Amino acid sequence: MGAACLVLALLAALYAAGAAIAGARGDRRWVDSSRRATYALAALLTTAVVILEAAFLRSDFSFRLVAEHSSTTTPTGYKLTALWSSQGGSLLLWAWVLSIASSAVLFATRNRLREIVPWAAAVLMGFAAFFCALMLLSGPDANPFSRLDPAPVEGAGLTPLLRHPAMAIHPPMLYSGYVFFTVPFAFAIGALIARKVDASWIRSTRRFALIAWTFLTIGVALGARWSYSELGWGGYWAWDPVENASLMPWLIGTAFLHSMMVQERRGMLKVWNVSLIVATAALALLGTFLVRSGVLDSIHAFGASTIGPPLLVLIAVVVLGSAALIVSRLDDLRSEKRIDSLFSREAIFLVNNLLLVGLCAVIFWGTFFPLISEAITGTRSSVGPPFFNRLATPIAILLVLFTGIGPLVAWRRMSRETAKRVFRWPSVAALVVAAILFAFTDARGEPLALALFAFAAFALAALGQEFARGIAARRVLSGGSVPSALVAIVTRNRRRYGGYIVHAGIAVLLIGVAASSSFQTSRDVFLSPGESERVGDFDVTYVRPTQSVDREENRLTLGAVLDVTRDGEPFATLRPSRNYYSGRGVDPAAPVRGFFEGEATSEVGRRQSLGGDVWTAAQPDLTRLDPLIDRADERLAEITEGTPPDAPQVQSQIAALQGAAIAEIASRYVDDPPPTNFRVNVNPLVTWIWIGWLIALSGALIALWPSAEARRRRVADVYAARLARDLSRA
Amino acid sequence: MDPDRKRKIRLGVALGAAVLLAAALVYTSFTASTDARQPSDLLQSSSGDTYDLTGQVVSDSVVRDDDGLRFEIEDRDGSANLPVEYTGTVPDPFREGREVIVTGGLREGTFVAEHDSLITKCPSKFSDEAAEDPEHVIIE
Amino acid sequence: MEFVLILAILVAVAFFVTVPLRRPARRGETELDAQLAELEARKEAKYREIRDTEIDRATGKLSQDEWRRQNDELRREAIAILKRLDELQSGG
Repeated sequence: MGAACLVLALLAALYAAGAAIAGARGDRRWVDSSRRATYALAALLTTAVVILEAAFLRSDFSFRLVAEHSSTTTPTGYKLTALWSSQGGSLLLWAWVLSIASSAVLFATRNRLREIVPWAAAVLMGFAAFFCALMLLSGPDANPFSRLDPAPVEGAGLTPLLRHPAMAIHPPMLYSGYVFFTVPFAFAIGALIARKVDASWIRSTRRFALIAWTFLTIGVALGARWSYSELGWGGYWAWDPVENASLMPWLIGTAFLHSMMVQERRGMLKVWNVSLIVATAALALLGTFLVRSGVLDSIHAFGASTIGPPLLVLIAVVVLGSAALIVSRLDDLRSEKRIDSLFSREAIFLVNNLLLVGLCAVIFWGTFFPLISEAITGTRSSVGPPFFNRLATPIAILLVLFTGIGPLVAWRRMSRETAKRVFRWPSVAALVVAAILFAFTDARGEPLALALFAFAAFALAALGQEFARGIAARRVLSGGSVPSALVAIVTRNRRRYGGYIVHAGIAVLLIGVAASSSFQTSRDVFLSPGESERVGDFDVTYVRPTQSVDREENRLTLGAVLDVTRDGEPFATLRPSRNYYSGRGVDPAAPVRGFFEGEATSEVGRRQSLGGDVWTAAQPDLTRLDPLIDRADERLAEITEGTPPDAPQVQSQIAALQGAAIAEIASRYVDDPPPTNFRVNVNPLVTWIWIGWLIALSGALIALWPSAEARRRRVADVYAARLARDLSRA
Repeated sequence: MDPDRKRKIRLGVALGAAVLLAAALVYTSFTASTDARQPSDLLQSSSGDTYDLTGQVVSDSVVRDDDGLRFEIEDRDGSANLPVEYTGTVPDPFREGREVIVTGGLREGTFVAEHDSLITKCPSKFSDEAAEDPEHVIIE
Repeated sequence: MEFVLILAILVAVAFFVTVPLRRPARRGETELDAQLAELEARKEAKYREIRDTEIDRATGKLSQDEWRRQNDELRREAIAILKRLDELQSGG
C-alpha cells in the first residue's frame, strides 16, 4: 500500500513536471493541472508517511524500517522520530518536505509570476520525481517500504546515541533547510529561462530563502548542541565532513540573503546572485550526498550505499545545467549600475559576500581534500581541525567586524565626515574593550581571540548605537517611552531591525566560540573515591560511585558523583555516567560480557553558567569486574546447557538470570569502586554560543513575520486577480 | 582617479586576495595533511611518518589496562593485522568489528597512536548489523 | 482489496488533476500582467529605499544635504515608476 503510494507519487511528480513545461508556453490550464498534481503529490507522500509512522507506533516488524530502528521497548516519541534514522526514511522525509514546500509556494504564487512559475514548478517536481525514483529503484536499502518475511518478533531498537531530543529533530530541521533553498533555486532557473531575473523574482523568493536559512540555522546548531551534550569528547564542532556539509550551504545562503538585498534595491549583482543560489542548492544536495555515500571518512559515515552515484549525477546536472543557462542569459543579466562608493552598504555587502564565499571555499577544500590529494598525488591525505581552525579563524574574525560595519553604513553613498561620526563610538568601544582585556585577563596571550573580542565589541556597540538612534528619532517624531519606541521601530522596519538582531546574535555566538576554544582547560584525571585534583580554577573531588538500572530502556548506568569547588566555595555537583545497553549483536555464548562491551553512551556531567561550563565525562574502568563477568557467563552457560534454545519460557528465565547477574555486578561496582578516568573540561563562556544562536533565531523570525501592510497588500492582490478573472471570462 | 580605474584597482585587489587565499589553502593542506593507510599498506612499506590508519577492530583483541587501550586492527577485507597502542578518550561507539581511524606512527611493529586521535565510525544507520536479531537481556 | 483501493486513489488523483484541462481555454496572462507585476515590485522596493534613507538620516548616517540629494533622486525614480504603472493600467 505504501509502496503503491510511492509509485503514484512518482507518476504525479512526473506528470506535474511535464504539465508545467507544457503550460510554460502560455496555456494556463496545464499550469493549473500541474499545480493540482503537486497538491496530489503532497497528499500521497503524506499518506506514505502516515502509513509508516502507524507501523512504527504499532511495532509492525514486517516493515524492515521498523524492525531495524525500533522495538517494543522504544519510547513512543522516539518511535516516531526513528522514521528518519534510516536511508529510505530520510529520503521519504526529503521528498515529503519538498512536496509540502512546493505546494505552499505554488499556492502562494498561483496568480503571479506567470512566466516563471511553470519552469520553477518543473524544477521542483523534477527533484521530487528524482527522490521518488531513488526510493523505488535503488534497492531495498533505499526503499522505506521494503518488507521482511517472516517478520521478526522484536526489533533492533533505536541506536542509543540517537535517543536524544536534539538528535531527534535535527534531520527534519536540516532537510527543511536544504529543501526550502531549492525553492529560490527553482525560481532562479525559471527566471533565467523566462529571461526575467528582476525585482518580482526577488520579491517572491526572498521569504523562502529566509525560511530556508532559519531551518538550516536550527539544524546546524542542534547538531552542535547534541555533540556537546551527548558525546564523550566535549566539543561542539569537529570539522567533520558531515558537519561541514551542513555549514557550507548555510554560508552561501547567508551570502545570498545579503546580495539579494543589493539586487532588490539597485538591480545590481544579478549574475552573482543567481550563481550564489545555484551554489547553495548544489551544496544542499552535496550535503545530502556526503552523508549517504561513504565517500569520505567520517564518524558520521553511514557506509557506502547505492544512492551515492545517482545523487552525484543530479548535482552535476544542476551545476552544469545552471552554469550553461546563466552563460546563455548573460546579456539579460548585465546591469548598467555600478557600485558608487566604497562607503556604501552595497560595497560592504559585497565584501561580506566575498568573505563568506572564501570561508566556504576553505571548508570545501579541506573537506574534499582526501579526494583531491588522491587525484593529484595518488595517496589519500586528510587535514584535521588545525587546518580548518588556522584558515577559518581569520576569516571569521573579519566577518564579525563586518557584521558591525554593515549596519553603520548607509545605502548608495556616505560621506567621509558622516562615516567618521558614525564609526566613532563603536571604535572607541572596541579599543576600550581590547585595552581592558589586554591589561586584566589572559586574553593578552591570545591575539586572535583578542582581535575577535575587540571586533565583536565594535559590532555590538554599532548595533546598540543603531537601536539607540532609531529609538531617539522615533521619540522625536511621536513621543512615547523608550520601550514603546523600540517596539514601534522594530515592527515598522522588521527586516532592518530583525537583521540587526541576527547580527548581534552572531557576534555573541562568535564570542562564545572564541572564548571556549582559546581559553579552554582540558585534562584527564584519574581518581579513586575520595581523591581530588585541580583543573584550571576548580578543584574536582570524586565523592562516590553510582549505579542504576532502567528496565524500560534495558539500560545499566554506572556513574560517579563529583564535587567541584572554586577557591573553597562549592560550585557544582556533577554526575557523569556511562550507559550500557543490551540489544545489538550480543554474543549468545557470553551475554553478560556482551552487555558491557556493547553499545555504550556517555551521560556527561555538566554545570552550565553564564561564565562558562564545567564539563566532565567518566570512563569507568571495568577490568576489576572482569572475573565477575566471566564467572557469570560461565555459570549461565552451565545452567543453560542442554536446554532447548527456542522455548520461550526458557528464554525469559535465562533473560531473568542474565539480568540478575548484571544487577549483582553493578552493585559490586558500587561496593568496591575502581579508579575512574574523568575527562574534565572547563569551557569559558560556552553558554553564550547557545544564547547568541537564540538571539539570531529570534531576529530571523522577526524579519520573517509578515507586516500588517503586507497582509493588506495581499488582500488587495486577491481582489484584483479575481476582477481580472471575471472580466476575462465575460 | 576616474571611476573606471578605481574599479579596475578594486578588481585587482580582490583577485590578488583570492590568489593569496588559494595559495595559502594549497600550501597548508598539502603540508599539514596526514596520509591515510590501511594495515596492509603499512606492513609493506612504512617509515617513521605519521599516518591515519584505517581499518576494523579485530574481534577478541581489545584489552583495556591502566595505560590505555590495546587492540588489533585489520584491513577491511580481513587481511593484514597490526597491533595498536592508544591513550586518550575512547569514543562511545568503539567496539570490536567497528571501523576506526587512528593517527600515529609505526614503531617496532606496533602502531603507536597519538593521544585522543581515535575516531570510531558511528554504527551505520543503514547497515545490516541490525538484522542480527539480538538476544534481549532483561534486567530485573 | 488493496488493489481496488489503489485503483480508486489513482482514479481520484487523475480526476482531480485534470479538472482544469476540461475548462474552456482562457485568455491567459499577457505580457501586460507580467509588466504590471514587475512594476509593482519595483515600486515597493523604491518605497522601501525612500523609507530607508529617511531612517538613515534620522539615525545620523546621512547629513541633511546628502539625504536631500538621495531623497530627490529616489522620489523622481518612484514617480517615473508610478507614471509607467498608470500608463499600463489605463492602456491595458
